[in-house]
Amino acid sequence: MNSAFRSIPILPVAAVAILVVAGFYDLRLWAILAVWLGAWFVNTRLSAMGGPVVAIWVPVIFGATLLVIWELAVRLYEISPVILPAPSAIAVAFAENTDLLWADFVQTILKGALMGYVIGCGAAVLVALAVDRSLFLQKGLLPVGAFLAALPIVGTAPIFVMWLGFGPASKAAVVVAMVFFPMLVNAVEGLKASSAMQRDLMHTYAASYGQSLMKLRLPTALPFLFNGLKICTTLALIGAIVAEFFGSPTVGMGFRIKIAVGRLEMGLVWAEIVVAALAGTGFYGLMTLLERQLTFWHPSQRR
Amino acid sequence: MTTTVDPTENAAVPCAFCVAMRRVAGAVLPALTVVGVIVLIWYAGAYLMNRSITLDTAERRDVELTAGEVFADTMAQERPRLPAPHQVIAELWNTTAGEEMFRIRRGELRPNPRSLFFHAYQTLAPTILGFIIGSLAGLLLAIGIVHNRAMDLSVMPWAIASQTIPILAVAPIVIVVLNAVGLTGVVPKSLISAYLSFFPVVVGMVKGLRSPSAMDLDLLRTYSASASETLFKLRLPSSVPFLFASLKVGIAAALVGTIVAELPTGARFGLGARLLTGSYYGQTIQIWSALFMAAICAAALVALLGLAERITLRRMGLGA
Repeated sequence: MNSAFRSIPILPVAAVAILVVAGFYDLRLWAILAVWLGAWFVNTRLSAMGGPVVAIWVPVIFGATLLVIWELAVRLYEISPVILPAPSAIAVAFAENTDLLWADFVQTILKGALMGYVIGCGAAVLVALAVDRSLFLQKGLLPVGAFLAALPIVGTAPIFVMWLGFGPASKAAVVVAMVFFPMLVNAVEGLKASSAMQRDLMHTYAASYGQSLMKLRLPTALPFLFNGLKICTTLALIGAIVAEFFGSPTVGMGFRIKIAVGRLEMGLVWAEIVVAALAGTGFYGLMTLLERQLTFWHPSQRR
Repeated sequence: MTTTVDPTENAAVPCAFCVAMRRVAGAVLPALTVVGVIVLIWYAGAYLMNRSITLDTAERRDVELTAGEVFADTMAQERPRLPAPHQVIAELWNTTAGEEMFRIRRGELRPNPRSLFFHAYQTLAPTILGFIIGSLAGLLLAIGIVHNRAMDLSVMPWAIASQTIPILAVAPIVIVVLNAVGLTGVVPKSLISAYLSFFPVVVGMVKGLRSPSAMDLDLLRTYSASASETLFKLRLPSSVPFLFASLKVGIAAALVGTIVAELPTGARFGLGARLLTGSYYGQTIQIWSALFMAAICAAALVALLGLAERITLRRMGLGA
């Protein structure tokens, strides 16, 4: 019974059936479904082959298919650009406003997010060193830190904007508040990562605290530190953009999104989203690259 | 007759209760101390930040204030730069216990927009609805990814990449767009929280469903178990710890998502709306109380999931 079912290729038959039904119902739907099923067929075939090249092409084909379907759906169903602009329209908006987008990028990402990220993560690592030396702080600060890390800290944005004004300082402060606790928890965890045996070995070498820290504990903490640094990249961008909703000078990604939504210039809004996405993946990718350079010895980096 | 109690006798045989108390104190005392220090710093900060306002008003009215009066005034301003902790707690109390949750308006029983519970509900309802939708969809996609190689190769890289994108920051746009289509109320907000809880669950559950060892999977193959039997009897049970870990991440993200989604759309109800109106009118106490309410909600949701996790793991025999 079971084997009889398996001998019939269910999925291709179902796909053709869906196509035929959709063709009778609506030709536009037929076109979209045809693109989807065609791409899926190619991807299934490619995945069955395997290999490193396939691992790159399959997701690329999948992403491109989504874009084509998006474009097709917007054009065929004449969706209003206010609701959902086509990818081509977004690309045009992006190309037309590169100066504006670059200015926003510098204001929000480089001045706000990056400054807060460096200050927040740096401070968290320093505090983690202090926490590591005191059992009392470990017992006291860690539960509080873990609790605070789960809270909607982005809500402090209006307070910081009120205190520090509309400039990048308030954005950086929000970012500091957002990245501090996740980074702290990871850094403390990392400083505990060296084994008792390894620490004893350093002790038998009569290594000082500083030597043991630089030569053993910080290197073993690096995978944890990078985990925290990677989580914090996204948090930093979110903090900087959201803080601009509460007040900003007339430049910045959050400001532009707010204004452009008000004017219903959705192409520009989506172009800003593209910039945010690129900045986010770029920032994260940079950290991954650094991690690979510095923690090449860790099992997770082996290939 | 008087009995003399030898103090050393008690100390020598510590009662079980005393040991338990000491253990609790050992865990709680440091955390309480840290919280106490934070509150102290907060009071000091409130004094320092509000002093200039007090001195300015005093100067304008030509009144000389003693140090004590200045301190008292910094603790009780209507629109302080930093409200003192007791002001925030008083505001929280007044807007929750001090306000009716429902009141009669034009002959109908309606929710009272002055009650903070009402705003918390406006935020929590879409959060939880979206969280359930998002987690279920994430679970289904994870099952698909584990069983279908084409799906794994096409979707996984995008699911991971999407976590590096500051999606939260663009949540308000989705709300505006959906409002333009005529969708208002709970649905747009819960879409955001569904989207935000979706990806953590996908990534976590793919890891969890793949966590059974090759040995266990081989054993089921020798039993000639079908894919669905393997799923229900091995993969799903062994993925439960991963499930709860990603659910906790997901619900925290979902709550933040709903709050942020309320920001630039001029929503009138909800914790995000309280934050926004508070910042427009300089009502700092209102901002802080909304922030605390959000924190309480987040903590409660995560704690509920933690409780469910402990009960489930214990019943599965995995609990510590």
